[in-house]
Amino acid sequence: MIRGGRIVDPGGSHPADVLIQDGVITSVTATVGSVPAGTVVLDASGCLVTPGLVDLHTHLREPGREEAETVETGSRAAALGGYTAVVAMPNTEPAMDSAAVIRQVQHLGASALCDVHPAGAITVGREGRMLAPMAEMAALGVRIFTDDGSGVQDSRLMRRAMEYASALGVTLAQHCEDASLAGGGHMHEGEWSSRLGLAGQPAEAEELMVMRDLALARLTGAKMHFLHLSTARSLAMIRGAKHSGLAVTAEVAPHHFTLTDECVATYDSVYKVNPPLRTAGDIEAVKEALADGTADAIATDHAPHTAEAKEAPFDQAPPGMLGLETALGLALTELDLPAERVFALMSWQPAAIAGLSAGHGGPVEAGRPANLCVVDPDEMWTVDPSASASRSRNNPYAGRKLRGRVRHTVLHGEPVVIDGEAQR
Amino acid sequence: MTDVRETATGLPGAAIDLAEMAGRHRGHRHLLSIADLGAEGITDVLRLTDSFVEVSRRAIPKVPALRGKTVVSVFFEDSTRTRLSFETAARRLSADVMTFSASSSSLNKGESLKDTVQTIQAMGVDGLVVRHSGSGVPWQVAGWLDGPSVINAGDGWHEHPTQALLDCYTITRKLGLAPEAGLSGRRIAIVGDIRHSRVARSDVLAFTALGAEVTLVAPPTLLPPSLAGWPVSVSHDLDRVLPTLDVVYVLRLQRERMLEALLPSIREYTATYGLTRRRAALLEEDALIMHPGPVNRGVEIAAEVADQPGSVITAQVSNGVAVRMAVLFLLLGSGVDLAVA
Ligand SMILES: [Zn+2]
Repeated sequence: MIRGGRIVDPGGSHPADVLIQDGVITSVTATVGSVPAGTVVLDASGCLVTPGLVDLHTHLREPGREEAETVETGSRAAALGGYTAVVAMPNTEPAMDSAAVIRQVQHLGASALCDVHPAGAITVGREGRMLAPMAEMAALGVRIFTDDGSGVQDSRLMRRAMEYASALGVTLAQHCEDASLAGGGHMHEGEWSSRLGLAGQPAEAEELMVMRDLALARLTGAKMHFLHLSTARSLAMIRGAKHSGLAVTAEVAPHHFTLTDECVATYDSVYKVNPPLRTAGDIEAVKEALADGTADAIATDHAPHTAEAKEAPFDQAPPGMLGLETALGLALTELDLPAERVFALMSWQPAAIAGLSAGHGGPVEAGRPANLCVVDPDEMWTVDPSASASRSRNNPYAGRKLRGRVRHTVLHGEPVVIDGEAQR
Repeated sequence: MTDVRETATGLPGAAIDLAEMAGRHRGHRHLLSIADLGAEGITDVLRLTDSFVEVSRRAIPKVPALRGKTVVSVFFEDSTRTRLSFETAARRLSADVMTFSASSSSLNKGESLKDTVQTIQAMGVDGLVVRHSGSGVPWQVAGWLDGPSVINAGDGWHEHPTQALLDCYTITRKLGLAPEAGLSGRRIAIVGDIRHSRVARSDVLAFTALGAEVTLVAPPTLLPPSLAGWPVSVSHDLDRVLPTLDVVYVLRLQRERMLEALLPSIREYTATYGLTRRRAALLEEDALIMHPGPVNRGVEIAAEVADQPGSVITAQVSNGVAVRMAVLFLLLGSGVDLAVA
């Protein structure tokens, strides 16, 4: 049981104890009297008890890059960050573009510390040439398809993918980057790239594809999800599209509301990420989009890389940074939003986008699967990359002080994190 | 006090108070950006350079200033000219010199950049002269090492601080300017591929720090995407700019630029931005013509213009050694304890 906390779920907020049995919530009451002997009691005094967090954008690197992360280590980092479910991005080696690879990841996920839902690739090998067998993967439960890591460049192919996907009831998610305009830029193009002598990618490289995919969504009626939007104008376009009734959703990543391109002035490749860190004005726009509902979710884009890979010249280092263990703390610390809004953005709204609402995202009530997160909203802590459960250390927040930390995480009734310690 | 230092370092009796100068440079363990030095630091290097120019003219152009110190040139990108200039400078200061080049290195065997430079540090070196095609590598190297000085010998499109110093030295001495006047009020145009030029970035910082008015002359495709924070003006009309100049600084044009849709053709570039004979005639008689080398004769500059009296291109090269001696001396100089910084 979880005792002494305050429930925060889609229905609101109220103090209650939560009893769990066989992976299912059996009661949520103001005060539980006597507890059967042998019951595990998780102390939640001073804490918020919420549906487990759901990450729409996790790179678990398995199969193929196990030296950077595995399903096990990544899921442990997720559990420590309060997540009970993650969507695993398909840019593995081989890519998740067939039933066989999807099954492999699902199999690995079965013993992980959070639920692992692979996203399927839109195109074979994520090469942007031929449609991947989406129906075959959808039959295995895949609900999101994306070529993340890159965007689908060919407009006709993207249109066909949307048309095909609409019959399967799945969502297509796009990493918006016009490759030719981005031109292999290593950071945001602007004042800092010009000064630092690094090839940049303009904001317009992202915005062009947002614009195109909104047009294609209008044309095809497909459900589109926009991954890690990072520019003010991208978000303004999403706002306009939603206003006109288009069924689109969008996520933003914590680093896009906390770090700017000026960080690159150190040439520390930990700040290399794609889409790149943008300007202070873009940060404000991301925060505004989170506040007004333009952005539906905060997604980590957790992207582990080995130290060896990152210890390269900036222009040769791979893009990506860790995110699972810091996302909630950053959201609670840096966003001027009530906790209920933060959990909407990190739990039930992403659960709905990923088609996981049956198991994740609440509400916290009897009969629901016990996927829960207990957060102390006032605990101050300092980010220490060396303490991460991830196999990698590319964390840009070393030494940063955050307010709000996960105390316990419960996965299908199992306390996988107790008092901030992973239990396996 | 000055005498003691001079005896210890073998420097000629120029009127330089080394201890006082060293005090002002206590914060400089590395030379990564020309901005690290500031106007005062640049002026100090130029004053020291005068001494080393004198040393270079001696029958035995050598002083014991860096005896017992080891300098290694770490060139991940080939540049025989720059490497030889640094190594000659270090030898003339009596330092031990080692050469590391990427082709002979273990980088090919998958060793990371960090491992490589840490291995070099473990050999016990006092200074690393680093050249790399990637912008920022000297910053990364400086961050990974603990002890040795790092000198940026050119990083990607970013900076080439010793080139800027030798350019400042060449301009001030050729124009006969007083040391304290810097480049105040002088008009300098940098012409050509600014976007991809580490020389341009360092020169803009150095020239403007010393008070020059700098104009960048290039087609928009060869300018940086943003010039926010650059204290320069921009022109696309070289003919209009040339008559106003004290110095025209011509950058090398790489032929690949056409493949990236930055230029239609070399021919068109030469016609619009090349320092042709006709254009060179628009310069004031005593204006200087400069180029960081190697020169693409007939592309960015006409062969006869590169060789005409106002051209100081060969002086730039010969001043390079003395400037680099000054830099090595300031950062590593014995008798002047900068290591504590
Ligand atoms: Zn992506």
